[in-house]
Amino acid sequence: MALEKISTITGRAVTVPGNDIDTDRIIPARFLKCVTFDALGEGLFADDRKAAEGQHPLDNPIYAGASILLGGANFGCGSSREHAPQAIKKFGFRAVVAESFAEIFFGNATNIGLACVNAARADIQTLSAAIAADPTLELTVDLAAQQIRFGERSVPLTMREAARDALINGRWDPIAELLEGSDAVGNTAAGLPYVSGW
Amino acid sequence: MQTPKSLFEKVWEAHAVRKLKNGQTQLLIGTHLIHEVTSPQAFGMLRDLGLRVAMPQRTFATVDHIVPTDQRTEPFSDPLADQMIKALRKNCAEHGITYFDLGSGKQGIVHMVGPEQGITQPGSTIACGDSHTSTHGAFGAIALGIGTSQVRDVLATQTMALSPLKVRRIEVTGRLRPGVYAKDVILHIIRTLGVNGGTGYAYEYAGEVFDRFSMDERMTVCNMSIEGGARVGYVNPDETTFEYLKGRPYAPKGADWDRAVAHWRSVASDPGCAYDDVVVIRGEDIAPTITWGINPGQGISIEEAVPDPAHASSADERTSIGEALAYMKLEPGAPIRGTRIDVAFLGSCTNARLSDFQEVARYLPGHRVAPGVKAIAVPGSQLVSAVCAELGIDRVFREAGFEWREAGCSMCLAMNPDKLVGDQVCASSSNRNFKGRQGSPTGRTLLMSPLMVAAAAVTGAVADAREVFSLREAS
Repeated sequence: MALEKISTITGRAVTVPGNDIDTDRIIPARFLKCVTFDALGEGLFADDRKAAEGQHPLDNPIYAGASILLGGANFGCGSSREHAPQAIKKFGFRAVVAESFAEIFFGNATNIGLACVNAARADIQTLSAAIAADPTLELTVDLAAQQIRFGERSVPLTMREAARDALINGRWDPIAELLEGSDAVGNTAAGLPYVSGW
Repeated sequence: MQTPKSLFEKVWEAHAVRKLKNGQTQLLIGTHLIHEVTSPQAFGMLRDLGLRVAMPQRTFATVDHIVPTDQRTEPFSDPLADQMIKALRKNCAEHGITYFDLGSGKQGIVHMVGPEQGITQPGSTIACGDSHTSTHGAFGAIALGIGTSQVRDVLATQTMALSPLKVRRIEVTGRLRPGVYAKDVILHIIRTLGVNGGTGYAYEYAGEVFDRFSMDERMTVCNMSIEGGARVGYVNPDETTFEYLKGRPYAPKGADWDRAVAHWRSVASDPGCAYDDVVVIRGEDIAPTITWGINPGQGISIEEAVPDPAHASSADERTSIGEALAYMKLEPGAPIRGTRIDVAFLGSCTNARLSDFQEVARYLPGHRVAPGVKAIAVPGSQLVSAVCAELGIDRVFREAGFEWREAGCSMCLAMNPDKLVGDQVCASSSNRNFKGRQGSPTGRTLLMSPLMVAAAAVTGAVADAREVFSLREAS
């Protein structure tokens, strides 16, 4: 199964401000009552959006169709629910740019081909200001060149090398490679008494 | 002589299968725990790929998040919940996975069932599609919370792709003062190091306080490692660990037991091993701690006041305090003590073990839940529930005015019918105070120890359990 090589993501962007945006906010627990991920997009930031009474950035029609989400520090903290990056992806986003990401969220996002890249706070503020001034502005998140381009300008991005490599080379879903290692798995298991017997 | 190694390094090396192309490690997961919320999609992916479960004998399931804690007859009134439990049953039967179902007498929160059954063992790797899998680290295991695609990976290959972590040793020295519990220790650690302080780290908890802690207490601390941003937390295995495991259904028996104990001893961190970071906290400096805000790092001692954004040390902190105060409807600078509560919840994988209910039951007689407060006690497992019934602990709670419920995750994340209503304030022994966490988008959560929950329940407001229940310094 050939996976898409995710090297650049170009599209309009929207800012969801704030640090420590947790996965309960990204997708409240009641939306987890499902046996498939198909319908998760509609639950994205559901309670925040309801509380904002139409004023949430995701409900602002000028940002409709945005494919890049700009966030703050420690984005995606909390629960390990993959439902959170799934909801972001199902909503139509293909990249999240934030100051930092919580560990499990970052891994879950990478495994489903949602690019999570880090940028400096000042640079994210620059990007936010640029899209606020012109919501039709297109950003290009370039994983290969490690920069985010907009108009004539650009800011640097950073990303954990293993994830960057996996996205660019189309091996972000590790299952195929893991399956190839089954003989080696047997050897490792044989050396573990709690797995193979005391 | 070999270089001294930490438990993390030893367990990692023993389970590393090979390096992957992107530099990550293919890590063998010796024990896979699954539950109804994050597994059905993974089984669906498995079916789509035409794959089977690689090691069904190393996979164990129970049902916890969505189960009602009062009316347990099936079908459940919530058709979505009913669909989820049926999917789990079907998937386990189809793949030959051991499943601790509602009728087994062994059902409970997955992070309690593993230890109770002796499935959770030192030196092992454990994964589960739930962030509080870190709980199992209390036994000296590397226990990882994972997402659903990784649940699929582990089901299909018994491995996952992972980058190694750094190790931070957190030593809590000396003694805890009376009325200060394991919950206060972890809330204090998170408050001190921050909710993202643990990013990239495994936390190794050590020091005299942990040496003396029971397994229940160690589990409470390891449970909330994730709230501190750490991927895993662990305590080195010792006599307390072995004593707990001995005789449990899945623990090694006879001659195997002796071999196992010798092996478990050998996985503990070697004296003099290198750590990426060391933090030392004095046990005496920890007070009963309570959160006032919307993340678990926003905690203060019961003697302190809610922070004032005007005194924040940075613009960021000012914003986050302001946002939290607005959501919590608290006054800046007001004492946390005396904050009115509507609900008291004693439960969750953090604090719903036998010792939690025992400790509260010591002090509860002679007290009544305050008028207007809804107080619910939810044992984390059917085994805890059974022992509480045997010891009459359930009766103590009922007589004090608590509702005594059946085992499950309940109001910690409110995926079952136990939910806050409107902007109710809940004194909660659980692990997260995020906006909307307890089932109402405007509900407010104050995290604290079980005895502090009891103190709030009987006084109707946040109170110092040491005063309410007349705890004194030991002479």
